[in-house]
Amino acid sequence: MSELTKKSLTEIANLIKKKEIKSEEVTQSFIKNIEKDKKLNSFITKCSESALKKAKDFDKKPKLDNLLPGIPIAVKDLFCTSGVKTTAGSKMLENFIPNYESTITNNLWNEGAFLLGKLNCDEYAMGSSNETSYFGNVMNPIAENTVPGGSSGGSASALAADLTPATIGTDTGGSIRQPASFTGTVGLKPTYGLCSRWGIVAFASSLDQAGPMTRNVEDCALMLEAMAGFDEKDSTSINKKKENYSKNLTDKIKGLKIGIPKEYRVEGMPKEIDKLWENGKKILKDSGAEIVDISLPNTKYALPAYYIVAPAEASSNLARYDGVKYGFRSSKGNNLIEMYENTRSEGFGDEVKRRILIGTYVLSSGYYDAYYLKAQKVRQLIKNDFDQAFKKVDTILTPSTPSSAFKIGEKKDDPISMYLNDIFTVPVNLAGIPAISIPAGHDNNKFPLGLQLIGKPLDEQKLLNIAFAAEKKINFKQTLNRWWEK
Amino acid sequence: MSEKSEKYLISGEKGKWEVVIGLEVHAQVTSNSKLFSGSSTKFGAEPNTQVSLIDSAFPGMLPVINEYCIQQAVKTGLGLNAKINPYSVFDRKNYFYADLPQGYQISQYKNPIVGEGEITLDLPTGSKKVGIERLHLEQDAGKSIHDLDPSSTFVDLNRSGVALMEIVSKPDLRSPDEVNAYVKKLRSIMRYLGTCDGNMQEGSLRADVNVSVRKEGDTKLGTRCEIKNVNSIKFMQMAIIYEAKRQVELLESGKSIDQETRLFDTKKNETRSMRSKEDAHDYRYFPDPDLLPLNLDKKLIEKIKKDLPELPDEKKERFIKEHSLTPYEANVLVSEKEISNYFEEVIKTSDKKLAKNWIMGDLFASLNEKNISISESPVTAKKMAQLIDSISSGVISGRTAKEVFEIMKETGEDPKKIIESKGLQQKSDPKELEKIIDKILSDNQDKAEQYKSGKDKLFGFFVGQVMKESGGKANPQLVNEILKKKLK
Amino acid sequence: MSIDKDKIKHISKLARISLDAKKTDTLAKDLSSIFKFIEQLNELNTDKTEPLSSILNEPLRSRGDVVNDGKIREKILENSPQKNEEFFVVPKVIE
Repeated sequence: MSELTKKSLTEIANLIKKKEIKSEEVTQSFIKNIEKDKKLNSFITKCSESALKKAKDFDKKPKLDNLLPGIPIAVKDLFCTSGVKTTAGSKMLENFIPNYESTITNNLWNEGAFLLGKLNCDEYAMGSSNETSYFGNVMNPIAENTVPGGSSGGSASALAADLTPATIGTDTGGSIRQPASFTGTVGLKPTYGLCSRWGIVAFASSLDQAGPMTRNVEDCALMLEAMAGFDEKDSTSINKKKENYSKNLTDKIKGLKIGIPKEYRVEGMPKEIDKLWENGKKILKDSGAEIVDISLPNTKYALPAYYIVAPAEASSNLARYDGVKYGFRSSKGNNLIEMYENTRSEGFGDEVKRRILIGTYVLSSGYYDAYYLKAQKVRQLIKNDFDQAFKKVDTILTPSTPSSAFKIGEKKDDPISMYLNDIFTVPVNLAGIPAISIPAGHDNNKFPLGLQLIGKPLDEQKLLNIAFAAEKKINFKQTLNRWWEK
Repeated sequence: MSEKSEKYLISGEKGKWEVVIGLEVHAQVTSNSKLFSGSSTKFGAEPNTQVSLIDSAFPGMLPVINEYCIQQAVKTGLGLNAKINPYSVFDRKNYFYADLPQGYQISQYKNPIVGEGEITLDLPTGSKKVGIERLHLEQDAGKSIHDLDPSSTFVDLNRSGVALMEIVSKPDLRSPDEVNAYVKKLRSIMRYLGTCDGNMQEGSLRADVNVSVRKEGDTKLGTRCEIKNVNSIKFMQMAIIYEAKRQVELLESGKSIDQETRLFDTKKNETRSMRSKEDAHDYRYFPDPDLLPLNLDKKLIEKIKKDLPELPDEKKERFIKEHSLTPYEANVLVSEKEISNYFEEVIKTSDKKLAKNWIMGDLFASLNEKNISISESPVTAKKMAQLIDSISSGVISGRTAKEVFEIMKETGEDPKKIIESKGLQQKSDPKELEKIIDKILSDNQDKAEQYKSGKDKLFGFFVGQVMKESGGKANPQLVNEILKKKLK
Repeated sequence: MSIDKDKIKHISKLARISLDAKKTDTLAKDLSSIFKFIEQLNELNTDKTEPLSSILNEPLRSRGDVVNDGKIREKILENSPQKNEEFFVVPKVIE
């Protein structure tokens, strides 16, 4: 079936469960698409051979009562996969092969899936356009030479181009939701602590969360169900009972209250985004939800606070990359200090260096109070804003991004303009709450744009339900002419 | 240098100087596994065999705290009469070194688990209270080995991540002797509690020593220097003496002291500045986002307090009261838990006075001679009790007992067996003794007459002769009694 | 606040990253504009606000004092750029 790769994850899983298709067929189809791609550069490591073998093994003895039976899945190259190179998009880990498996990917394999390949991303997850990867830029399937967003750019690109039926990414300031918006796909950042961080290359520990990236909301619920769960190896993992997100998915959202925060209407926002936002409101109202105007007064301070907290934590998390235990080691340097300085100078790219320096600075003596401590206070204020709002509403509706995908190279020389991509997504990470981006329509250039739904802590089911209802009514369609195969 | 009087002072060229010392003691927590990982903490393992992915800071690794280490820290805090803080935070202390795989150490900065406390030192000049500033938990670093290769350093991470308690004293110490007493007391308390074995040769206990000087009578603190990582009391004392003198010489020549970190060179017996200074002090502390704040349950603290064993100070007071010991004797017998346990076991059945004299005298001498601890001595408490009972019951004399002990300390044999096999029992049969005495008296009638007419000193002669005749085995008390009767 | 080249040199030393003159210049400019952006936070009065101590409302979980890890020397050393059978090997440290 050549159209197999266009089917949703849920459909494919059902077909395998009903024994109407075999895993080998499915895997072969996606491998074909991967091989035909000449331009996207969404894969860093392709695992076609081993995936095919695993597919054949599955078909010999199929276990059909799992969530993802015989499904090949490519994952962001930030998840440590045992025996398979894990680079984090960096020269520093160019040849690093972990001998351990991240909890999240292990959860997927336990549900019957297997590894299709490792996907390109911004270096150490720092970026909003997948232009900082040591392994080159990734292209957005919607148009040549456009960015897919970042940092999970390779994931979003591969997903939108049907090179993988579903994928997982990580979201620290918007790195799942923003690429989802740019590529016309669905991306969810769960509540902080719902998904384990063990075995994921750490960027900013109090903000990082792994999450599903899929073509529709139904698939998203299925993936989240497979991923989520308590992990005793992660001290920030929440100990709660597993939920059946996919089984309990419904579009009945009557009576739910949707908040519209006025502070998300920013100056200079393209009219198309406003239009889509209004359309989203209308759709939800038509589905029986109530629209409530709310205020999140400290919204504009989220981005500056984020650019203190995230680099600070990153500067400390990346201190372990010193060329001693694993990864790249510079051949220059006559003593230990020189070896460190050269290794880290040669091993890290520019954006990573920038953020490490920012982080080192804001934690340094004399500056801690003015910057880091201040940012943590602002973070508390932002969290308070959401707590207050959620007393009145169940979910909050906002645009996902302030623009659609831009051209490769367009924002590279202006860090601030790049950072502003995350203006709608960052407050969510600071507050540790869940949010999902679903495609809402197109702008005048026919580029996709997303709408974001923000939920209460651990309220993923409600979030998915509302997204499910909206998705049905929006009926987003995206046909790409597969220019990357030419 | 200084006289052994009330105050320890350094005589400079222009006057007398007081030394002000504060200690930061790093004590390895006694536990099976490390503070944030499940690797073993046993000493002496093959390099890098007690290292997990977490200890070597692989990408994506996360810490999970060891419950027992928390309890050990609380126990120690209670033993230091300190305030236990119900809320504490783990912070990252960021710096780069080959034996610090994470590039940061998980420690505690602004909110330590234990606050202010106090311990009492026993000094020959009397007791002195020394303030404790705080106690916190932190990870130990690995080991860098510099001398196995001319151009490389080898790194062993076995020790990386082992739990340490850092105990910071107030700057209340004033002499090398006080430092000795402080470290010994700290060590004794932790050994009593079982929270740290205090084995300095194995590195379980080490200290950073902060030294400053000021003119005698001055109340302001001078600029201090920190001497890092001193791993024996003797070296601490030598380092303090050298450093204090160095500072006095500088100040008296009109120069000022740079606040810096120094090392003690054990071969040259001097302190010198560490080259990696400057930025070494900007640790950029911030709360570790991989962990949550620690909130201690009041009930847990109460339970730990209730279950605390008797500590040296309490035991000392009790020994003085219950066993009629002098403060000095009590001090000695409580200095180690093993010694106090030994003493208490012996006196369960045996005479207290004899017990204390034999333990503090002959037994301790034998331990020093062989450089072993009381637990390693072949003379167990049970055997010691037996020996003492043999004296009390008159089976052997005190002098014979010393002979028996000489054999016991080498072979570990039962005293009863030794006495029997060598036939060392005292002759205590009055009839037998009378016979011998009669013989001596009849052989020395002239001296007997002299004694009866007033030469009292001759009594000793007769005793000596009886002893000789009996091969030294005559019961001296009985000999005295019978002789006295016969010489009336 | 503008970040000058000396500040960049100092911080890069703390972060153990060597920078050439050109990079130092660029970074000084970049960081200056980023910090200007960050300084918006000064508009907020946060005197009466407590800093966020933890995003989760959970107690710190602990584990029992059990040895269940380690004894994997080969695994630990196998990714090291320079090693022998027992140790990690690095260029000599100057103390």
